[in-house]
Amino acid sequence: MTATFPQFRQQARIAIEDIRLQGALDTATGNLLGARIQALAELPDSEKLRDHLKSIRSSTLANLVRYLEIFERNAVAAGVHIHWASTGGDARKIVIDIAEQHGVTLATKSKSMTTEEIHLNDALAAVGAEAVETDLGEWIIQLAQEPPFHIIGPAIHKTREQVAELISEASGRSLAPDDIAMLTAEARRVLREKFLAAGMGISGGNIAVAETGSVVLVTNEGNGRLVTSAPPVHVAVIGIEKVVPTWDDAAAWLALLARSATGQPLSVYTSIISGPARNEDPDGPREVHVVFLDNGRSRQIGGEYEEVLQCIRCGACLNVCPVYREAGGHAYGSPYNGPIGSVITPLYSGLRKYEALPHACSLCQACKDICPVRIDLPRMLLALRETEVREGVIPWPERKVEEAAAVVLAHERLLRFVTWIFRRLQGVFLRDGRLQLPLWLDPTLGRRMPGLAQRSFRTMWQAGELESKE
Amino acid sequence: MTEARRVALFVTCLVDQVLPEVGVATVRLLRRAGFKVEFPVAQTCCGQPFHNSGHTSEAVRLAKRTVEILGDYPTVVLPSGSCAAMIRVEYPHLLEPWPDWHSRAQALAAKTFELSEFLVEQAGWMPVRAASAPAVTYHDSCHMCRMLQLGAEPRKLLAASGHRVNEMRESDRCCGFGGLFSLRMPEVSNAMTTEKVAQANETGAPILASADPGCIIQMRGLAPEDGLQIEHIATLLEAASR
Repeated sequence: MTATFPQFRQQARIAIEDIRLQGALDTATGNLLGARIQALAELPDSEKLRDHLKSIRSSTLANLVRYLEIFERNAVAAGVHIHWASTGGDARKIVIDIAEQHGVTLATKSKSMTTEEIHLNDALAAVGAEAVETDLGEWIIQLAQEPPFHIIGPAIHKTREQVAELISEASGRSLAPDDIAMLTAEARRVLREKFLAAGMGISGGNIAVAETGSVVLVTNEGNGRLVTSAPPVHVAVIGIEKVVPTWDDAAAWLALLARSATGQPLSVYTSIISGPARNEDPDGPREVHVVFLDNGRSRQIGGEYEEVLQCIRCGACLNVCPVYREAGGHAYGSPYNGPIGSVITPLYSGLRKYEALPHACSLCQACKDICPVRIDLPRMLLALRETEVREGVIPWPERKVEEAAAVVLAHERLLRFVTWIFRRLQGVFLRDGRLQLPLWLDPTLGRRMPGLAQRSFRTMWQAGELESKE
Repeated sequence: MTEARRVALFVTCLVDQVLPEVGVATVRLLRRAGFKVEFPVAQTCCGQPFHNSGHTSEAVRLAKRTVEILGDYPTVVLPSGSCAAMIRVEYPHLLEPWPDWHSRAQALAAKTFELSEFLVEQAGWMPVRAASAPAVTYHDSCHMCRMLQLGAEPRKLLAASGHRVNEMRESDRCCGFGGLFSLRMPEVSNAMTTEKVAQANETGAPILASADPGCIIQMRGLAPEDGLQIEHIATLLEAASR
């Protein structure tokens, strides 16, 4: 996947012209934002908690290797197999090897952005192992063969009619869009068979707690529990930046995660996985693997983008982003969309391939304000734009125009001369004081733009017309 | 005039070249508040368009130039929240690599004010209530409300001049301008503006007020010509306190 300028604009246009999608997107983001405000208000001091979580995240990242080693030691002691993956390819190979060792033909998955990042499902399919998503939203987009639209709500752009159609097709029964209970019951029936038949369960991990080597998983549907406990093997794929030292730290994270994401005090299920089933346990996986994924993360440490690793993946920045709320998630060409996606996708997957993402932003600063750990995303988008200029990703003519404009603006007399010429030339295009460019020449696609005023402010001032009468 | 009653007007390039009437209104308001207004004619652009598009060396050049031109005045006032934020927040950041320029940028930042902020907080001036003024809805421009935390000030002034302020559902939602963004992503930009104008229309106020020339030009570009009137706060305040 990529996001060049034409690709981003094309996908955005599709989303903007889709009235039903716009309605669904507006409702979903609006509701999530409203719920977040209420949920944060329930905390005695949410601002202080945000600062606290930020300091946990930044101090952990400063000693990341140490905490990953502590996690490894404690997890291994609890019987967990730890794997280290430098790249998405390494992680895919590790998971495929585990699947092949156990002769897995069917794997159930709970929602995981990290496995979306490495396109794990396709890799498993290529070796004959079907991966079935069991988070309802994720399952819906899997049925629709689409990438996720939102970090926490992958199918928020789908209407109930579209969902009914997809589930009807999957279950072989014709289901009415108005009967939500029937739709969920049918989803439950189809997925229950998968849970029972799966040879492997695959999850992500919201938090990795070093002091006990535990993986924390938050879900709202309970599917995460079935994925991580019913099959004989559980594999969790987790970004290396998700580790925290202690349970106290994890508690601060959890207190802000669901509140920022959906406005819930906690998600419905918070699962803690600390190793495989003990001998005395009646059920649970016999084998637990944790795959720690780097894939571009560690090289951010110590650099100007390190702060982005503090992200807790709540998705609040998407909900508040005025660009995301019009363009939708697919324009970003990446499982990570919205402001956070616009920063991490180019960093992890290449700036040239995702050249449009640093520009999918009006620098409104709303994401920085809403981020529970106050990541300065606009600052990083600016830094990426600067890199694009420096490395020639921005085309030569545009750079030259900018350079020339700066020269003009650095010389007041030159500015007066250039604007004098413009005032003479713009007459051809001016109608009632508005520029009327032929559409193929109009970079605004139809906004009515004013021309330069007949006389500039500086002209009036210097002519003495604004002299004080007092 | 004492030194304390002298202000330099940084009129901004958009007001200078496209909306000069906003500059005229600003001068009148500042004089009405009892200040001697000076216009350093060498001024051009604060450099924000270059900063925002990643052309950092050009932005630095214009930032240094502006610091040079404005540095000697006791106070600087701008009829734009966004350009005020550029000088106040971004200049010190941008000029950090040069200690001398950095401290000059910080000194300038400390005496630079957005117009409504200056009138309310520094001048302590309030317009005389007009007999009747139409209702307005106020657009919180992004940099003004989130980088300078200013929103109460323009509302206070509008209310004092007799305008009822009808709030939008999301007064602080971006209008879609974003400088070069509005040309790079015109479909998205226009969709954002359409949403903003729709929210303004929902309030029933005939006037949409903003403190930023960029937002005003953007929103005028897509608001129906015979409908919503989109005005700079300086123009409204000047007319109401005349």
